[in-house]
Amino acid sequence: MLVTGVARFLGGRLARRLADTPGVDRVVGVDVVAPPDGIGGAEFVRADIRNPVIARVIDDARVDAVVHLSVLSAPPSAGGRSLMKEVNVIGTMQLLAACQQAPRVTQLVVKSSTTVYGASAKDPALFTEDMEPLALPRSGYAKDSVEVEGYVRGFARRRPDVAVSVLRCANVVGPRIHTPTTAYFELPVVPTVLGFDPRLQFAHEDDVLDVLTDALLRPLVGTYNVAGDGVLSLSQAAHRAGRATLPLPEPVLAAVAGLVRGTGLVDLTSEHRRYLTYGRGVDTAALADAGFSCRYTTAGAFADFAAARCGAAIGPGPAPLLRLLEALR
Amino acid sequence: MSDAEVIPLPDGPRRPTPRRAARPAAPGETAPADGPVGDPPRRRATRAGAGAAPAAPTRAPRARKRPADEPPTEPAPEPAPQPAPQPAPAGEATEGGGPDLAALVAGVEAVVEDALAFLHRRVGGDYEVDDFGFDPDFTDSVLLPALRPLYRHWFRVEVRGLDNVPDTGAALVVANHSGTVALDALMTQVALADDHPAHRRLRLLGASLVFSSPGIGELARRAGATLACAPDAERLLGSGELVGVWPEGYKGVGKPFSERYKLQRFGRGGFVTAALRAGVPIIPCSIVGAEEIYPILGYSKLAARLLGLPYFPLTPTFPWLGPLGMVPLPSKWIIEFGTPVPTDAYPPGAADDPMLVFNLTDQVRETIQSTLYQLLLDRRGVFS
Repeated sequence: MLVTGVARFLGGRLARRLADTPGVDRVVGVDVVAPPDGIGGAEFVRADIRNPVIARVIDDARVDAVVHLSVLSAPPSAGGRSLMKEVNVIGTMQLLAACQQAPRVTQLVVKSSTTVYGASAKDPALFTEDMEPLALPRSGYAKDSVEVEGYVRGFARRRPDVAVSVLRCANVVGPRIHTPTTAYFELPVVPTVLGFDPRLQFAHEDDVLDVLTDALLRPLVGTYNVAGDGVLSLSQAAHRAGRATLPLPEPVLAAVAGLVRGTGLVDLTSEHRRYLTYGRGVDTAALADAGFSCRYTTAGAFADFAAARCGAAIGPGPAPLLRLLEALR
Repeated sequence: MSDAEVIPLPDGPRRPTPRRAARPAAPGETAPADGPVGDPPRRRATRAGAGAAPAAPTRAPRARKRPADEPPTEPAPEPAPQPAPQPAPAGEATEGGGPDLAALVAGVEAVVEDALAFLHRRVGGDYEVDDFGFDPDFTDSVLLPALRPLYRHWFRVEVRGLDNVPDTGAALVVANHSGTVALDALMTQVALADDHPAHRRLRLLGASLVFSSPGIGELARRAGATLACAPDAERLLGSGELVGVWPEGYKGVGKPFSERYKLQRFGRGGFVTAALRAGVPIIPCSIVGAEEIYPILGYSKLAARLLGLPYFPLTPTFPWLGPLGMVPLPSKWIIEFGTPVPTDAYPPGAADDPMLVFNLTDQVRETIQSTLYQLLLDRRGVFS
């Protein structure tokens, strides 16, 4: 088996877990940098998926299943958006080209994201897998995800013998993972779009690892939404994390996002701001019908993340106000 | 058309007739199951105050010009600015002669306690929202109490045919749309929440403009509304909800005063398709009174284009009087729920039969139109 993106949280964990799974004899993890805390029994190969070398790796390791996890949700610390786009889009194209040439490959699992549905006021409350986005994402991670899925569909057409799973995960949160979403809720004050309180959904990191494993081993073939049951509204989530919200008009929020982009604190892209305006929900009935159920609800996943990571609210959280209200009662 | 003649034109507020008796007798006065604890006594006080002192309604017509939901003075200075938006009951109780001051104090304490508990829940995020963003806590504690004075005292809504709305299970309420802004939908929601024996929650289906407007979209989702689209309608009906739809859309709500009570085209019959798919009854609902709250005499195309609105109304008071022009005229309302049209007897593929859909759409539309004419005959005057 081949896992891409093992230097990052999900890839590293998945490679390690697969290596420990009985019946899986060899796991190869690739990335451009070495995994910071190792990948256990899996072999690490330093390779760039944007390079045709990846075809040699697949061939040499006699890979029969490929898990593609190196679609970046945020620009890497060095390189910015153009590098991110190149890794996401060119990397996927190159990897799929290599898979197409490898007759041994019989399975492909791609982690996508619910951002492919976009976010608009015309959205239905919950998206099912067969719905098209009402407003096609125009930039950033969401657009890359749409393009990645497009290439995966093309690959599936050309290699009908390969079982392809596309897992559209809601924002992944958990005690250990770092994403733009976790960074956003770790801010001392959570900036929101004035006049909007979007519905958010989260998937717990453990659930995402489980569903990726299941997709490989059971296997789960097809396209599935992955999210915890239920929704949280943004203000509700912020308050549960002990954070105060700072509602700003959209243009002001855009300007602030532009100012703080360089600081590495948080990156509120236009796509993310649309999500913070209109929100999004996905229907996970298809995944449940396929026999997989997330252990964490959206609220549960968020609570697990918040308990571990949003402990110390710097700045004026709602806690003092809560205490005041307790006292008054 | 003759319907224009049956409508007495707004000729100023008439004598305030004691029509209150005609209002549906106070239904079993229980708060919605999960409502705030101190709510029922508060509401009972309102009703008792209004019923026990028939002298009170002899307010001069002038006094009615004040919106009932803006309390003139706040008797109990509350630290909480947000909730408990009707201190009016307390005021009325004092007017009626305060025999039991202790009860009043207890009432105020209960209100303050509720308000604090509510704020505590909000600040801690300790409430639930469903997949559509419906927030029952907020709806019961803020939205419904804010609309109730408008419903009871401003429009004096009379509800008929509540027994046509089932106590449980899904149904689709289809109503005529009017009134420049969608107050008719909100009043129907209050009617079913307050006056229906089972305190049904009406889940409204709204235009996408609602959800793209700052503030309004947020409130609409909290109140249980969602986008008027087939997947959402079918999902709500499939989970046993009572869904409300106003198929005329902007054509109905923004029609000029001269066309009042003339039903517009009922969309493309999407509501019938949704009901057929879910096999739920369609309940025709006729609303009289909403047409007169903001009579549209003309439109400003320029303002509409600048603001990105489907229309910008010009009424006798708006925009000339500024914010004061946004006070609705206190017309007398009647909401009548008609006999349900069953849809479960049709064969499985019925929703894909356009002729059946058109016929059912017409049937519902005709029912509402003829009920409207009947109600207009019943109504004594626009404001009485």
